[in-house]
Amino acid sequence: MKNSSTTTRSQSREVLGTSALRPDGVAKTQGDFAFSSDFQAENMLWGATLRSPHPHARIVSIDPTDAWRIPGVETIIFADDVPGQATYGLIASDQPVFAQNVVRYMGEPIAAVAADHPETCRRALAAIKIVYEELPVLFDMDLAIDPSTPPIHPDGNVFRHQRIISGDPDIVGDVIVEGTYDIGMQDQAFLGLEAALAYPDPGGAGVELVVATQWLHEDRKQIADCLGMAPEKVRLVLGGVGGAFGAREDISLQVHTCLLALRTGRPVKVQYSREESFFGHVHRHPGRIHLRHHADRNGKLLKVEGWMKLDGGAYASTSSAVLLNGITHLQGPYACDNSRLEAWATRTNNPPCGAMRGFGVVQACFAHEGQMDKLAVALGLSPVEVRLRNAMKTGDKLFTGQVVDSVAPVARCIRETDAIPLPAEPAYGTGSLELPGGSGRTSDPSHIRRGIGWGVSIKNLMYSEGFDDSAEARCTLADGVATLKFATAEVGQGFVVLAQQIARTILGVDTVVLDAIDTQIGSAGSTSASRQTWMSGGAVDGACRLVRERLFEQVAHVHNLNPLQLAVEGTDIVDTLGPLRVPVSEASKGLRIEETFLHRHRPTEELDENGQGNCHVAFAFVAHRAVVDVDTELGLVKVVQIATAQDVGQVLNPLTLLGQIEGGIAQGLGLAVMEEIVVDRGVVKNPSFTDYLLPTALDAPDVVAIPIEEYEPLAPLGAKGVGEPPCISVTPAIVAAIRNATGRDITRTPVRPQDICLPT
Amino acid sequence: MSVYMPTTVDQAVALLAQNPGACLLTGGTDTMVEVNFNHLKPGTVIGLRLVSSLREYTITPQLIQIGAGVPYARMETGPLAEALPALAAAARTVGSPQIRAAGTLGGNLGTCSPAGDGLPVLAALDAVVNLRSPRGIRGVPFQDFMVGVKRNSRVSDELIESVSIAPTSGYQDYAKVGVRNAMVISVASVCLVHDRHTASVRVALGAVGPTIIRAREAEAWLATQVDASTSLPPDEAVAIEFARRVAAEARPIDDHRSTADYRRHAIQTLTRRLYLRSTK
Repeated sequence: MKNSSTTTRSQSREVLGTSALRPDGVAKTQGDFAFSSDFQAENMLWGATLRSPHPHARIVSIDPTDAWRIPGVETIIFADDVPGQATYGLIASDQPVFAQNVVRYMGEPIAAVAADHPETCRRALAAIKIVYEELPVLFDMDLAIDPSTPPIHPDGNVFRHQRIISGDPDIVGDVIVEGTYDIGMQDQAFLGLEAALAYPDPGGAGVELVVATQWLHEDRKQIADCLGMAPEKVRLVLGGVGGAFGAREDISLQVHTCLLALRTGRPVKVQYSREESFFGHVHRHPGRIHLRHHADRNGKLLKVEGWMKLDGGAYASTSSAVLLNGITHLQGPYACDNSRLEAWATRTNNPPCGAMRGFGVVQACFAHEGQMDKLAVALGLSPVEVRLRNAMKTGDKLFTGQVVDSVAPVARCIRETDAIPLPAEPAYGTGSLELPGGSGRTSDPSHIRRGIGWGVSIKNLMYSEGFDDSAEARCTLADGVATLKFATAEVGQGFVVLAQQIARTILGVDTVVLDAIDTQIGSAGSTSASRQTWMSGGAVDGACRLVRERLFEQVAHVHNLNPLQLAVEGTDIVDTLGPLRVPVSEASKGLRIEETFLHRHRPTEELDENGQGNCHVAFAFVAHRAVVDVDTELGLVKVVQIATAQDVGQVLNPLTLLGQIEGGIAQGLGLAVMEEIVVDRGVVKNPSFTDYLLPTALDAPDVVAIPIEEYEPLAPLGAKGVGEPPCISVTPAIVAAIRNATGRDITRTPVRPQDICLPT
Repeated sequence: MSVYMPTTVDQAVALLAQNPGACLLTGGTDTMVEVNFNHLKPGTVIGLRLVSSLREYTITPQLIQIGAGVPYARMETGPLAEALPALAAAARTVGSPQIRAAGTLGGNLGTCSPAGDGLPVLAALDAVVNLRSPRGIRGVPFQDFMVGVKRNSRVSDELIESVSIAPTSGYQDYAKVGVRNAMVISVASVCLVHDRHTASVRVALGAVGPTIIRAREAEAWLATQVDASTSLPPDEAVAIEFARRVAAEARPIDDHRSTADYRRHAIQTLTRRLYLRSTK
């Protein structure tokens, strides 16, 4: 298997701004790419995890006697076998490696087994006898917030309570609109299932873990704590990652796999099935949001007030950060001074929720965009006009008091989206696959109503609230070949090609070798929060620039020139004041120049008790317009077209940008009309791709995308992160289009057929 | 696990007699899911992919016979689709192209899920399921074949060999609601068959009861309203009342895929639409 190719393409140089092709693209399309589930080791054992069938229960007794008797079983481990810290967590360490006395969600790990074969593992798990005493299930956010409800965890039932009060919170508008919005639980549903392979060091002194993750160093820290080892004894190597979308930010199988390997002294592989994956990682927070928008007669926003409740499920994960993002984005991309907002993230016996593409902003946007449409109706304005009248611009102040100093072309995003031609009116024959209902051939053209809806969003980039999520990279130049080293998790977003483009552009080389992505260099931070182009891109850029400086010094020394007058032009070093022109390959012959660069974003602050503070680094904006055809009688939807203009800063790779836009739109469409983990009193009802529905090619709309290319001076490459914005406002745009087609005040996403066609 | 790969029906029947309870496998689109979910651990598997006679169909003016191993892909177009448009429509709703290349009518019958897409068509067409055992061939009308959720009247040494269908003269169609535009399990489905020969309109419902439901009372009512030996009248009032009566015979439940109310509503809507389509 071959995970990257370093073929030199000299015809057209794949520098920044070109649609350079990914080094892992050929391997992935030909099935040669090694995903983490493809790794094998000699003498390897398989591991598997025993999980709770109950959402809340006391563990009365555990009897593994029969499991130990099964030939091929090498070890069985429980909570008492965790040598270090018993719990882990990204923000608060509250999630047990194995449940000790109580299980708080369906699927919580209780034990792990290592054996000679996956089937032996399954049999061993089935042979472990556990007696549970079921406890009352806390599944309701309001009950969790109620202080009289008994806590289901020593840390209490509220992960975070935050308010924001700004300006004159008592001001009253001429026009007031009010709404309550519900968001269902979405799954990241990456295609490459969780998998890891751990190699114990001789004598158990350390461990190496090949794993699909989003953040090697954070994993390492949490694993080391649980193993009771120094972090340097734990080495992580990135296994091929088949998508992440936030679901690989938390620990899942990492600690279990390492423990099994250290216990048996043999390599151990753990990989989840699709069903186990639904229980093995956190999901997008479901939530309820109530907002009241005040505006003056001209449609200018005066105040936003209301509350937001997000259900974090049984353990903390990133709930407190998701809640911060949620409440600080309830404002939307609109200028407004006055607010009174309150938000809670609750602990319940529902599945744990944490990071997913959009991170709290998806929920906020669904509510504020529903409100903007209500405002438009109340004021007699079009959805476009009401948004243009309030569009945020650079220099505006947020409810938190933070001034938006990013490029903020909100009005331009809206106008350019509005200018994209609408699709043709439906001209389908009866039974067309293009009609709502698709291959089920339920609808005739006479049953269809078309609707148009809008969504516009603001999304913070990078981590917030004082977190220093720096990124490190190293560049080595030798004989015309650049080698890059970083710990940036490539999860499918394409950083591997961006890094090569940066090095080609800065150094004038064509061949850029990518070193292994592992913990043998400083942290790159997480591949999340739309941050790696900015952060790791900044680190690679910085390292390459340092190398180039030293190369210029060498050349200047040889030719007796001032290094400041040298520049890279194509693949040559040129004297900007004279005739000298030397190919980089020649100038670097026999040299080995190596530089490491640590990129940091500017510091941020925590919010005070009134929600004031410069808590975010920077922002990106996007507009979406959805056109849908709805069979109003059957409640079936076909999303016909999504038009979008996205604020992206400088475009570095048009092809990967389009990939992010189209993929994000598909994911947002999923949340709008089909993707939901159905949970009934803590019990997950649909943990499979048979019943958790992802959009198919027939559900995917035509996407017409326009990048709004305005150089972002705050960003090292002038480029904003582009990963999250595509999936945020597309969901409210589609739901608004369904409202437009049906005349129904739909307040929940995903929209189910019965929400469209049955009496409420 | 023992796997047998017979090449003739006789071999397959003999193997089944020697291995009662063996798992019969053709496309594997249901069985492998069950195996992957650890719900099924077959001890003996009889693979039927090499039994070529099971993968054949014959069409005569008197009878259409479809081998149990004919994949959905071959029902979507060609002579079978011309002879049985409702079966073609149902076949097109099954899974993805890959699934339709593998999955078979025999598998649908063997699993007997109320959401099986081929089954309402067989019910509406009054198909006969031909079961082969060492005792010979037993023809079982579909309504007697499916007896419950994932239960049928096949006994353990019988092989589902084929289905027999008497050709009909008139409109026939299948429509299915799912919460995705392709590759989705049925939330509710309707097959409507109009046959001038027998002067009948037959309707069968999928995913709204423990078995496929034939709306016989509604069919009987319709027979008092229209002359089915000729073209059906494009009478909206008849269509609406017929649909209401058909929906009343559904026995849907609430589950994670949908609600009973929506399913009944969908049955009513699809029936009305199919009736009106049949009159065009």
